[in-house]
Amino acid sequence: MPPLLEVKNLHTEFRTGAGLVRAVDGISYAVDPGETVAIVGESGSGKSVSALSVLRLIPDPPGRVTQGEIRFGGRDIMRLSDAEMREVRGGEIGMVFQEPMTSLNPVLTIGRQITETLEQHRGLDRAAAHRRAVELLGLVGISDAERRLRQYPHQLSGGMRQRVMIAIALSCDPKLIIADEPTTALDVTIQAQILELMKDLTRRLNVALIIITHNLGVVARYANRVNVMYAGRLVESGPAAEVYHNPLHPYTMALLRSVPRLDRPRQERLDPVEGQPPDLTRLDAGCAFRPRCRFAVEACAIARPPLEGPAGHLAACFRSREIGRVAGEAA
Amino acid sequence: MNAIGRPLLEVKGLRMHFPITEGIVARRLVGEVKAVDGIDFTVRRGETLGLVGESGCGKTTTGRCILRLEKPTSGEILYDGVDIAQMERKELLALRRRIQVIFQDPYSSLNPRMKVGDIIGEPIKVHGIQPDATKRTARVHELLSVCGLGPRFADRYPHEMSGGQRQRVGIARALALNPEFIVCDEAVSALDVSIQAQVVNLLEDLREQFGLTYLFIAHDLSVVRHLCQRVAVMYLGRIVELADSDELFSNPLHPYTQALLAAVPVPDPSVEAHRTFRPVQGEVPSPINPPAGCVFHPRCPIAVESCRRDRPALREVRPGHFVACSEA
Repeated sequence: MPPLLEVKNLHTEFRTGAGLVRAVDGISYAVDPGETVAIVGESGSGKSVSALSVLRLIPDPPGRVTQGEIRFGGRDIMRLSDAEMREVRGGEIGMVFQEPMTSLNPVLTIGRQITETLEQHRGLDRAAAHRRAVELLGLVGISDAERRLRQYPHQLSGGMRQRVMIAIALSCDPKLIIADEPTTALDVTIQAQILELMKDLTRRLNVALIIITHNLGVVARYANRVNVMYAGRLVESGPAAEVYHNPLHPYTMALLRSVPRLDRPRQERLDPVEGQPPDLTRLDAGCAFRPRCRFAVEACAIARPPLEGPAGHLAACFRSREIGRVAGEAA
Repeated sequence: MNAIGRPLLEVKGLRMHFPITEGIVARRLVGEVKAVDGIDFTVRRGETLGLVGESGCGKTTTGRCILRLEKPTSGEILYDGVDIAQMERKELLALRRRIQVIFQDPYSSLNPRMKVGDIIGEPIKVHGIQPDATKRTARVHELLSVCGLGPRFADRYPHEMSGGQRQRVGIARALALNPEFIVCDEAVSALDVSIQAQVVNLLEDLREQFGLTYLFIAHDLSVVRHLCQRVAVMYLGRIVELADSDELFSNPLHPYTQALLAAVPVPDPSVEAHRTFRPVQGEVPSPINPPAGCVFHPRCPIAVESCRRDRPALREVRPGHFVACSEA
């Protein structure tokens, strides 16, 4: 089966006062129908920009997708007209963002925001759209739907608003949902509710999910596959269990070691990733993680390692084989 | 370094209710937000006490009362034996030297128009500790070094630094007056994962080096377990459980603590694959009109009839392990 989404050699740049930022610098990945893929990375790693590029939501200026191919359901997204793209966005691809308060319209009722999507994309009349909206709220676990549909976003809690966002994302039977830090703004018990809901619904309705997050625990619980980003590039990509148990990139390895874990005895001392995140306006030709890497050698300063590896577990590191061994021994 | 021992801070029956008013000309009181609604705890000299809970539970307000950025509605805050709860501005000045704060967001808690050296030097100047400018600069450089930044950072502006570096500046500023007690309000929450561990280690080193006592307010339970000797769990303005960190995390007794712990995903797919998990239902009720009886009863999986009626007191079920639940 061909992948649902295929991103090839995507480049997105921003012209900023401080210089040109290659926010996404040549990344390639695929998402199969119904699968959950996580994109993990820290602030500035390009994880959100890579997703916004797929949706063609990069503000131009200052940003621009300069290169690459994005194929979704057999079509080249880069070649679609703006009108066609509007059909895809919110239609075949649903979106859930971090802060539901800013992504919902504060002066429209919840009901209007859901039915608007249905009328636009599905051509339903008011009554049919309303019936579907009631059904959708039930689907995302909001009781008393009729009353909720008449409310405005500020009358709902953060968790409720995110449920509404999910209802809107699901409203047109999408094949893919892109969720950018969907639970970062929520409390931990509400985060758990929302993530379980998304997992349950994407499985039941066979919707693929790209979840963008910095939370390594969320990835471990919900993703089939993981793409790890650093400084605009994919540094590691593979099945979640593989990447966590046998990391091949020093950044992934260091990141996993730096987080304290509740399921293990308390460590005397945490093992942080040393150094600071890279300044994207001042990257050189070498590997961007080099200054923080305990495995760096001369070759790392000369060129960027390509993303490669056996059997679907890829890493962008010249020394990934040795590192895989080190990690294996440590475990 | 001080041995962990006698209480440095004792909080007794602390209440902080914020009035809700209506009307522009004639303000009428229409209700109260019971942000903190009668809590008791102590912080021993040299220890780190964790204060955890979800947004709106009152943990930040508790910290602000101790810092006396708020004047509590009632209750006592004994700092080194002296009640500071109702002290006036002038009396508080001396206190500010002894109690400092590290805020969550290193982007908004540093003045963007001030150089880092001036940010750290300002409290020293304001409190008249070191009027000599040269000596003050030397002190600023020392503080920067202690926090893992070189003296060269003194001439930079906050926007020229990364989030982790800015938080180090916030820590250096907190240390400038040689405090004994630091309230860390979500001090590492805004930092990237790779930087968080650096700052956690720094906080631990500083505690050792300067014999500091911390109140560590946070929602990230794995960081709290790592850093704290004892932990208090808050829910809707009240403490529902308080115990030694090891005890609380291995043997949580309150259903809310259990729900919180269960909700934290472990960064290991094979552990997660074998964990069955049902998130706690419902949401936190409004602190304007909290439920009668036990505040957690509407969401509680083991609630019984009496939980709707009687507010459970925080009782000691084992030495040092307190829980406010009649069924635990």
